[in-house]
Amino acid sequence: MSNAIQDAAPTQAPPRRDSLSHRRMPRWAPAGFAAVSIALGVGIGTATGLESRIQWGLIAAAFFVVISYAATSAVENRRQAKDRLATSVVWVCFVLAVVPLLSLVWVTVSRGIKVLDGYFLTHSMAGVPGFEPGGGVYHALIGTLEQVGLATLVSAPIGLLTAVYLVEYGKGSLAKAVTFFVDVMTGIPSIVAGLFILSIMLIAGLAPSGLMGALALAILMIPVVVRSTEEMLKLVPNELREAALALGVPKWRVILKVVIPTAVGGITTGVMLAIARIAGETAPIMLLVFGSQLINTNPFEGAQSSLPFYIWEQYRVGNEASYDRAWAAALVLIAFVMILNLVARGIARWKAPKTGR
Amino acid sequence: MAITTDNNAPAPPVAERASTSTGRAGDKIFLGLSRGSGILLLVIMASIAVFLTYRASLALSQNEGNFLTTFDWNPAGDPPVFGIAVLLFGTIVSSVIAMVIAVPIAVGIALFISHYAPRRLAAPLAYVVDLLAAVPSIIYGIWGALFLVPYLEGLNLWLDQFLGWTYIFEKTQVGVARSLFTVGILLAIMILPIVTSVSREVFLQVPRMNEEAALALGATRWEVIRLSVLPFGRSGVISASMLGLGRALGETMAVATVLSPSFVISLHLLDPGGGTFAQNIAAKFDEATELGRDALIASGLVLFVLTLLVNGAARLIIARRKEYSGANA
Amino acid sequence: MAKRIDVSGLTAYYGSHKAIDDISMTVEPRSVTAFIGPSGCGKSTFLRTLNRMHEVTPGGRVEGKVMLDDENLYGKDVDPVAVRRTVGMVFQRPNPFPTMSIFDNVAAGLRLNGNYKKSELAEVVERSLKGANLWNEVKDRLNKPGSGLSGGQQQRLCIARAIAVEPDVLLMDEPCSALDPISTLAIEDLISELKERFTIVIVTHNMQQAARVSDRTAFFNLAAVGQPGKLVEIDETERIFSNPSVQATEDYISGRFG
Repeated sequence: MSNAIQDAAPTQAPPRRDSLSHRRMPRWAPAGFAAVSIALGVGIGTATGLESRIQWGLIAAAFFVVISYAATSAVENRRQAKDRLATSVVWVCFVLAVVPLLSLVWVTVSRGIKVLDGYFLTHSMAGVPGFEPGGGVYHALIGTLEQVGLATLVSAPIGLLTAVYLVEYGKGSLAKAVTFFVDVMTGIPSIVAGLFILSIMLIAGLAPSGLMGALALAILMIPVVVRSTEEMLKLVPNELREAALALGVPKWRVILKVVIPTAVGGITTGVMLAIARIAGETAPIMLLVFGSQLINTNPFEGAQSSLPFYIWEQYRVGNEASYDRAWAAALVLIAFVMILNLVARGIARWKAPKTGR
Repeated sequence: MAITTDNNAPAPPVAERASTSTGRAGDKIFLGLSRGSGILLLVIMASIAVFLTYRASLALSQNEGNFLTTFDWNPAGDPPVFGIAVLLFGTIVSSVIAMVIAVPIAVGIALFISHYAPRRLAAPLAYVVDLLAAVPSIIYGIWGALFLVPYLEGLNLWLDQFLGWTYIFEKTQVGVARSLFTVGILLAIMILPIVTSVSREVFLQVPRMNEEAALALGATRWEVIRLSVLPFGRSGVISASMLGLGRALGETMAVATVLSPSFVISLHLLDPGGGTFAQNIAAKFDEATELGRDALIASGLVLFVLTLLVNGAARLIIARRKEYSGANA
Repeated sequence: MAKRIDVSGLTAYYGSHKAIDDISMTVEPRSVTAFIGPSGCGKSTFLRTLNRMHEVTPGGRVEGKVMLDDENLYGKDVDPVAVRRTVGMVFQRPNPFPTMSIFDNVAAGLRLNGNYKKSELAEVVERSLKGANLWNEVKDRLNKPGSGLSGGQQQRLCIARAIAVEPDVLLMDEPCSALDPISTLAIEDLISELKERFTIVIVTHNMQQAARVSDRTAFFNLAAVGQPGKLVEIDETERIFSNPSVQATEDYISGRFG
C-alpha cells in the first residue's frame, strides 16, 4: 500500500534531512480553527437564511477540516498536514455523533419528566381514553418485569451451560457448529424471533400471553449470554484449572468450584447486560403478547403490556396527551435499562478477575 | 493478553486426570448437560428455519401474485396478492444509507476514544457510548419521528438544491421527511454506538509494540494508525459493521415510527414512501388474517435469510483475515 | 552520519513518579555503549528518552537536555517525529508489522518519508536486509508476511527496518532477551558490524553480552524500590569489568547482588 503523492519531488536515497526542528503550529491552533469555523458556520447560516441548525453545523465542520489542513500544510509540511487532517476529521466525527445522541437523551428526559410521577407509575390505562391525559404505566411495568424475568429464567441456564461446553469441553465439529450458530443467532432480528414463536402458536393453536413473548426474548438473549460468559470463562487462567485438576479434583467440580466462581462477576454482568438489551424489545411483544390497557399479573394467560410496547401504542394514538405518556414511559424504560447497565458494569469492575491488563 | 506471537504457543490442553468413580459420573452428567445446551441451541436455529418455511409455504401456495416481483401487499384480497419487491428494496437501501453514514463516523469515534481523546476523557466517553448502545430502539423511533424528522427538512432541501441532479437526491414530493433517507440517518445513529464500541475494543487491543514499531520509525500519529492500528483492526471493524448491518436490516420500531410507508419503489430517496420487511410486519400485523400472518412470516423468512447471509459473510471474512495476519486473537 | 549524544541533567517521570534522576553522560559515535543494571533501575526508560519515545507512555515526562551533535532533542521547535526518524530503535520483543510482507516491513520507514521508485525501494531493502545479515535467508520470500519468520529472524528484520532509513543512532532495548542462544549470537555479530556505521546504545541484562559487544558500559542503580534510578558510572567496558571505580558496580558485576 503505497501512499505516493505524485507531485512531491523524490529525494535521493538515502533520505537526508537538515534539521530536527521545523516551524510548528502553536498549541492553540486547533481551538482557533474551531472558533473560526463555528463563526463561519453561524455567519453563513444566518446570512443565507438557512433554517436548520444541522446545516450550520455541517458548514462549520467542513470549514474546520479544510482550514486545519490548509493552514498546517502552509506552516508545516505535507505529512504534518495529513496528520492534522486525520485529527480534525476524527474530532468532527466525534462531534457529529455526540450531538444527536445527546439530543436523544435530552429530549427524552425533558419531555418525559412532564407527566412522570407517582400516579403514573402506579396506575394502568384502564378506563382512560387515549386522547385524554391521565393513566399510567403500571400494567406495562408488571408485564416487562414478568416477561423479562421468564426470559432470563429460560436463557441464563442454557446460555451458561453452552458457554461452559464451548470453553471447557468444546473441541471438534459440534463445538465449531455451536460457535458459528451463536454468532448467527446474535444477528437474528427481534421480529424474526417473534415470527418464529408466532408460527409455533399458529400451529399449536396457542393464545397470546406473556410467556410467548418471553420465549421470543429468550431466543434473543441466549446468544448474548453465551458470548459474554464465554469471554469471562476464557479469562480464567489455565493455571487455576491445572492446579485444581492436579489435586485430583474431577473436572466438573473444578468448573463449578473454581472456574465459575472466578468468573462469576463477569457472568452476572453479561446476563444483566443481556436483560437490559431485551427489556427494550418491542417487536416480539407486539406479535406475541398483544398488549392490553389492563393489569394482568399472570404471564401465562391473557394479553399483557410491556414498557416498550406501551410507548409504541401511545405514539400511535398520536395526540399531545399520548405523546406525553410515551415520553414518560420512554424515560422509565431508559432509567430501567441504564440502572441495569450501571449496576452490571459496577459488578464487573468490582469483581473483575485480575488479568494484569 | 489476547495476542501472542507464533513462538508463544497456547498453553497445552488441560490433561484429564484419573478421578474417582463419583467424579466420573458427575463429569458425565455435567458434560451431558452442557453439551445438551449446545445442541438445543442448534435445534432452535434449525426449527426457526423449519417453522418459518412451513408457514411461509402455506401462504405462498395461495399467493396469486409473484412473491418476488409484486408491488403490492394484499393477502386479504380476493385473490390474495403479495410480494416483497418493495420491502427488499427499502430494507437494503435504508441499511446501505445507514452503513455509508455510520461506519466511517464510528471508526472515527472509535479512534477518537482509543487514540485521540485526552486520557481523562477517554474512559468516560467509552462508557457513555456503551450506555447509548443500550437505548431501546423504540425510543430512537419516537425521537426520530417527533424530533429528528422536522429537523431534517432543511438538510433535505439542501440536498435537493445542490445534489438534485444526481436523481437520488431529487425531491419530487413536498411534505415531511418521512423517507427512506431519514430512516437511513436514524438507523445510522442507532448503530453508531455498537459499531463504535466493537471497533474501539479492537483498536485498544493493538499490541503496544506494534504501535511503538511505527513510532520508532518516525511516524506521525496518523501514520501510526495507518501502519499499525487500522491493519490490525480491519477485521474487527468489518465484524462491527456487519453487526451494525444486521441490526439495521432487522430494525423494526424505529422504521415503523418514522417511515410513511407506501408500496412503490422510488430511487428518489428523499420522497416519503417505501417500506422494509420489519416495518411492514409491524404495520400489517394487527389487521392480518391467518393467511395475512403467514404472508408476513414468509417475508420474515426472507429477512432471516438475509441476516444469515450477512452474518455468515462477516464470519468468513474474519476467519480468513485472522489466518493471514497471524494475530491469533 | 553517526552522531555523538551528550546528555546533561536528564530526569524522567511517569506521572508523579520519578523514574530516573539527573543523568549526564556522553555516548561516543561509531561505538557500542551498553547499559547494565538491576531491574527497575531506569535503564530502559533512559534509553527511551534518547529518541523521545518515553513521552508516548501515558504520563511520561522528561526534563533536561539531550544533544545530538549540536541539536537539543528536547529543544523548543523540535519535532519528535523527526527525532525518532533520526534515532532508530529496536525493541525487546521483535515487532514486525504483522500484516505486512517482509519487503514492506523494511520499506515502511522509507515510504513514510517520501516517494521512492520501486527500484530504489528494492535497492534499499536489499541493502538493509544484507546489513542485517538476513538477505540470504529471506530473499526468496520477500512477499511473505514477516510474522512467519523465526524469533531471531524477526528481530533481524526489525533491525533491517530500523537501519533502512539510515538513522544516526540505533537504540536497542534488550534485543536478545526473547531469543535463543544461536539467534543471540547472530545479533551480537551483527551489532559489531553495525557499529562501523552507527552509534549504538544497547540495554542488556546479560553481563557477558555487555562485555562481548560493547566498547563502553554504563552501570545504573537505584537506592531502593520506588526510588529513582541513577547512573553510577560509565567507562570503558574493559575497566568496568576488571577494575570499576565504584564498589556497587563491582558488587553487581561479581554477582553479589541484583
